[in-house]
Amino acid sequence: MPKDQSIGEALRARGISRRGFLKFCAATASLMALPPSMVPIIAQALERARRPSVIWLSFQECTGCTESLTRSHSPTVEGLIFDTISLDYHHTLQAASGAAAEAARAAAMQENWGNYILVVDGSIPVGDPGYSTIAGISNMDMLLETAAGAAAIVSVGSCAAFGGIPHANPNPTGALSVAAFIREYGNRTPNTFAADAAAQAAHTDISSKPIINVSGCPPIPVVITGVLAHFLTFGKIPDLDSLGRPLAFYGQSIHDRCYRRPFYDKGLFANTFDDEGAKKGWCLYKLGCKGPTTYNACATTKWNDGTSFPIQSGHPCLGCSEPDFWDGGGFYKAISTPTGDISRTAVYAIGAGAAAGVALGALNRAKRTRLQQTHSKVGIDDLDKGG
Amino acid sequence: MSAAELLMWIRGPALQFATVVFVIGVVVRILEILVLGRKQDLAAARGSALAGGLRTIFSRSVPDRGTLQRSTFNVVAGYIFHFGIFLALFFFAPHILFLHDVFGVYWPSLPTQFIDAVTVVTMITLLAVLLHRISHKVMRYLSRSSDYLAWLLTFLPVLTGYLAFHRIGLTPPMLMALHIASVELLMVAFPFTKLMHAFTLVMARYYNGAMAGRKGVNA
Repeated sequence: MPKDQSIGEALRARGISRRGFLKFCAATASLMALPPSMVPIIAQALERARRPSVIWLSFQECTGCTESLTRSHSPTVEGLIFDTISLDYHHTLQAASGAAAEAARAAAMQENWGNYILVVDGSIPVGDPGYSTIAGISNMDMLLETAAGAAAIVSVGSCAAFGGIPHANPNPTGALSVAAFIREYGNRTPNTFAADAAAQAAHTDISSKPIINVSGCPPIPVVITGVLAHFLTFGKIPDLDSLGRPLAFYGQSIHDRCYRRPFYDKGLFANTFDDEGAKKGWCLYKLGCKGPTTYNACATTKWNDGTSFPIQSGHPCLGCSEPDFWDGGGFYKAISTPTGDISRTAVYAIGAGAAAGVALGALNRAKRTRLQQTHSKVGIDDLDKGG
Repeated sequence: MSAAELLMWIRGPALQFATVVFVIGVVVRILEILVLGRKQDLAAARGSALAGGLRTIFSRSVPDRGTLQRSTFNVVAGYIFHFGIFLALFFFAPHILFLHDVFGVYWPSLPTQFIDAVTVVTMITLLAVLLHRISHKVMRYLSRSSDYLAWLLTFLPVLTGYLAFHRIGLTPPMLMALHIASVELLMVAFPFTKLMHAFTLVMARYYNGAMAGRKGVNA
């Protein structure tokens, strides 16, 4: 597919009708909470947009994010939009390997300097960079190198957005999210430039690069296409929440949009996975559902082409799009419950309190007896003494 | 420390600490009173101390007409916020889940919208109670810093609970951490403030009732 082909041309070449394309634009506008009047603008922008160069770096990750994006939506127009970006570097999907793959990255960076979109999945180990290297280049250096020429960075998946599973306690690799890494190390020069004075001089600080966090383990495919569509349409990153996630997709909690919410409000809960409540589809809060504290679009866009989402299939939300979801005290324990054994602590405390109480009471009794014995009564004569 | 880490600490070590202080403090204070004992009453009993004591525990919950007329606001507002806290504490689903984790028993919850409304009424009443304490000349004169502390310790869990439920202002884990922390603060201060009345109230009423019952009079 020619690189300078517009998205509109690419879609027509793939047999996507105008109607199908507009339907996608309308769905994207709706997902991003934009007014219907924006649909033709999105369509026009996407129609004319040159396929953007995308460099996809995979660091400490499990490839689940790529699996999610490539498999779930491959037959849909969203999938084709994704196909029609110019994906110039991606370990899993590219045919080239070794030096040729790295040459492709270098070429894409050079050709599109300042304009390419850098997608990162996986966290960056800073404890010992040797934990994760690509072609002998540490993740730290590759990110510093590649981010320097990017228009924006999209952190796909909870590992890139928040550190994810590699960051989970005890975090043996010293894993950091992309944003945390850039905050701490963004002003550094890559070690790969150590022997190249010209490269060192040309390197730019990446501390102020715009970052979009598309969290989730994995994230919802339509969210990544929505973010790309927004960037292509408006030429800027979408409005983000306090955790750097697009508000259009992460603006509401799973709990608020959950179809089981009425059961929560009525106090109807499943207590086990196979009790009467579970069979009737009641709320899964007591089974550890993290829906109330998780912000994502699962309950509205759903998964597998809008088929279902975890709660609909009877499992509590794990809260995978939130920071440190792996260290939340257990997937099957609600976040309002104690993490330790409070009952045992209370029993020991009752024992200790009873012993202390009886001892203090006995001391008080002894004191009272002593005071009673030493008490001297005051008579009318005593009162006169002062006069 | 991230919000998630803070929440884990609040749900873990901090809660354990608060539980130890709360339980030991309450047990010690109750036992201190009980072990001290009372002077033996050598007079012949004219009625049942036990019956009088038990009756008074409940009968004192109904305000007598004179008190109600003299202190209408105190009685009515007092009832409202005590009931409100009781309902929110024991009949909100996540609280029942917490208590089930500790005591191993379940009971049905009330609809969240109802608990939400109760919480709002409780907060308004607590604010009115504070305003009354500040604006009423005699109340203000009688109030010590410990009274305002007891009010604050009671108000904070209600306020943070409302904010956490509606997820206002901060991230949900942070709001949840603040809510549980405010309860832990209440638990730690509980045995050392007049909040202890939640336990000693029953003992005091029984004692008054038992004395009167033994003398054959209604208390």
